[in-house]
Amino acid sequence: MTELVIEAGRTEGQYWRDLWRYRELFFFFAWRDMLVRYKQTVVGISWSLIRPLLTMAILTIVFGKFGKMPSGGVPYPLMVFCGMLPWLFFSTALMESGNSLVTNANMIAKVYFPRMTITVSSVMTSLVDFLISSIFLVALMLWYRASPPYEVFFLPLFVLLMVASSLGVGMWIAALMVEYRDFRFIVPFIVQFGLYISPVGFQSGVVPDKYRLIYALNPMVGIIDGFRWCLLNPVGTIYWPEIAISVTDVTFLLLSGIWYFRRTERTFADVI
Amino acid sequence: MLIRLASSTTSSENAIIIENLGKRYSIGHRRGSDDGMRHAIEDAIRSPFKRLRQRREEKRRDTEFWALRNVSLSIKPGEVVGIIGSNGAGKSTLLKLLSRITEPTEGRIRINGRIASLLEVGTGFHQELTGRENIFLNGAILGMSRAEIIRKFDEIVAFSEVEEFLDTPVKRYSSGMYVRLAFAVAAHLDPEILIVDEVLAVGDTAFQKKCLGKMGSFAQSGRTIFFVSHNLDAVRSLCQTGLWLKGGKVQMSGQAGEVIDAYLSSISQENPFSCTIAEYGLTIDKVALKNDLGKECGVFSPGDDLKVEMSFSTTKRIEKPTLAVGVFGANGSCFTSNMLLDGHQPEYIEGSGQITCTFRSIPLLPQSYSIKMRVQNGVSGETIIAYQDVGFFSVAADLAEYGYRGEFVKWARYSTPVVVPYEWKFPDGRTAAVTLQRSPQLTESTS
Repeated sequence: MTELVIEAGRTEGQYWRDLWRYRELFFFFAWRDMLVRYKQTVVGISWSLIRPLLTMAILTIVFGKFGKMPSGGVPYPLMVFCGMLPWLFFSTALMESGNSLVTNANMIAKVYFPRMTITVSSVMTSLVDFLISSIFLVALMLWYRASPPYEVFFLPLFVLLMVASSLGVGMWIAALMVEYRDFRFIVPFIVQFGLYISPVGFQSGVVPDKYRLIYALNPMVGIIDGFRWCLLNPVGTIYWPEIAISVTDVTFLLLSGIWYFRRTERTFADVI
Repeated sequence: MLIRLASSTTSSENAIIIENLGKRYSIGHRRGSDDGMRHAIEDAIRSPFKRLRQRREEKRRDTEFWALRNVSLSIKPGEVVGIIGSNGAGKSTLLKLLSRITEPTEGRIRINGRIASLLEVGTGFHQELTGRENIFLNGAILGMSRAEIIRKFDEIVAFSEVEEFLDTPVKRYSSGMYVRLAFAVAAHLDPEILIVDEVLAVGDTAFQKKCLGKMGSFAQSGRTIFFVSHNLDAVRSLCQTGLWLKGGKVQMSGQAGEVIDAYLSSISQENPFSCTIAEYGLTIDKVALKNDLGKECGVFSPGDDLKVEMSFSTTKRIEKPTLAVGVFGANGSCFTSNMLLDGHQPEYIEGSGQITCTFRSIPLLPQSYSIKMRVQNGVSGETIIAYQDVGFFSVAADLAEYGYRGEFVKWARYSTPVVVPYEWKFPDGRTAAVTLQRSPQLTESTS
């Protein structure tokens, strides 16, 4: 029989073991969030199609028609949609995971489980939306008769990068939100501005070259460019330094996010 | 090395060992919305780190308090421990530490065995989900695996008695159904150590009985239970060991009945009875229980004098006030003093003063008792203060010192409480005397 020792600051080793033991909770929380999300809505799960569709239409009209931005030889809506897929995932994941601890405050105060399960599973829930919108992307590509290049095989790597960046930022915000509810107001700002400072409605090629590397500090830049590189045929080359910065960025965000989350986790129940 | 070896042997004999446990909270933690973030940012921008740390240190000293400190215990497997104490004594903090919801500031807990805690019924229930879905969700949160839940599903449903509503969202449940379902899930956790907080406070009487029954059978199957409750009867009937917390420290631990008695008498000492009867202009300021030394006291020994001292003040003269004082045990009255019966009473009382009644060398077994009092007008016979509880005390003693022998002494708790001195005489001429007197007479002699 294993002995469990509870002591100040001695939980680290046990934590990762517990996370494994409670692994089913990832699934259960994600399942709950999916079940609950569209309860008492009329069109239900179709919302995860309607939202990207409308956003795509608006961005196409604003940037493509009014702004006359270049699309690199692919239909503008398709170009926009490829950028929007990771962006919508990132923004939903951010909102869901940011609030995840606070909305489950009652549970946190009353029962033990590794709190990371809540935050991670809220990102997993957003992944379901992402998959549904991906189906629509396939339909869109069929409609435009645009076949993807061979680089499509690299797509999983960028999906991984996308999930990792959402997890990193999500952990930070979820943990900060526990003590500082100010983030309830900050997150919508990030999401709102992020749409314009990330190359969602346009290509990152329109950014002047000398600012390109600074621009790449926004982790979504590399991810969105990567998605387009993998999915769109005549869209040109990828700017590798940008990807490198993105990867570094995301790694840092994820590791520091986990670090901060773990550091504050032991006081969640006291503060929340 | 040697020490480690020694401690690991003790730990395998105990289900839980708590060593010097402490938890500090800072009251200022929930700062106003004005304060929190702005200050943090200000500090971060402005500060050389040293100053930041200093300021924090100052702040901390002002606002911190220990919810629990210097708590040490060891609990054997199969022991049922009741934790009692007034609000803010640290009971919930102890449970939160044991169930790993929050981390201790100092000290250590060592746990041997699968532990489950139930600090609330229905944690994690989601209003929008159906009963069936909630069984899975709640079970998982409490630490059951999916396979385990599937295996126990039918049992849980049967216990909850909500079969017909399994596919209805729980928000449409009555509160009774909701609680039954939630408890059913929790009751089918299968831990070796169970931690339960005041969950019995919800639900109707039938439900509470069912819960207590389930916990009782759980205890009988040899599992360790930690149980916090304000329902002292439940603690008394369920627990062998009592743990009384006061101000974050262990005030007393030991046999559950004794701990509860001591706790009760301390409560009545801290909150003495008082009342005002405007109609008669009479105020009872306090009813104090005092021992032989004239000190206020909540725990007596058999054979002690028990002095019941009523302090009063009046605005009107009261003629022939007639008092009755009774000492009551678990099964009713033990003995009384009654001015109506004995015919002694003051001619009148006026202003303020005291009336005391001293019961000489109380022949009581170690149990808990209450004092009731009544005041009547001796002239008209009207009741001024109805017969009611005005104090609690307990009797504690090692009965071996009073001539009691053998392993059944522990049942003294359930015996008739009053024992007048008595003596046995056996066929061989031997005699044995039992008396609840201070200096025990010798009990066995041969003639």
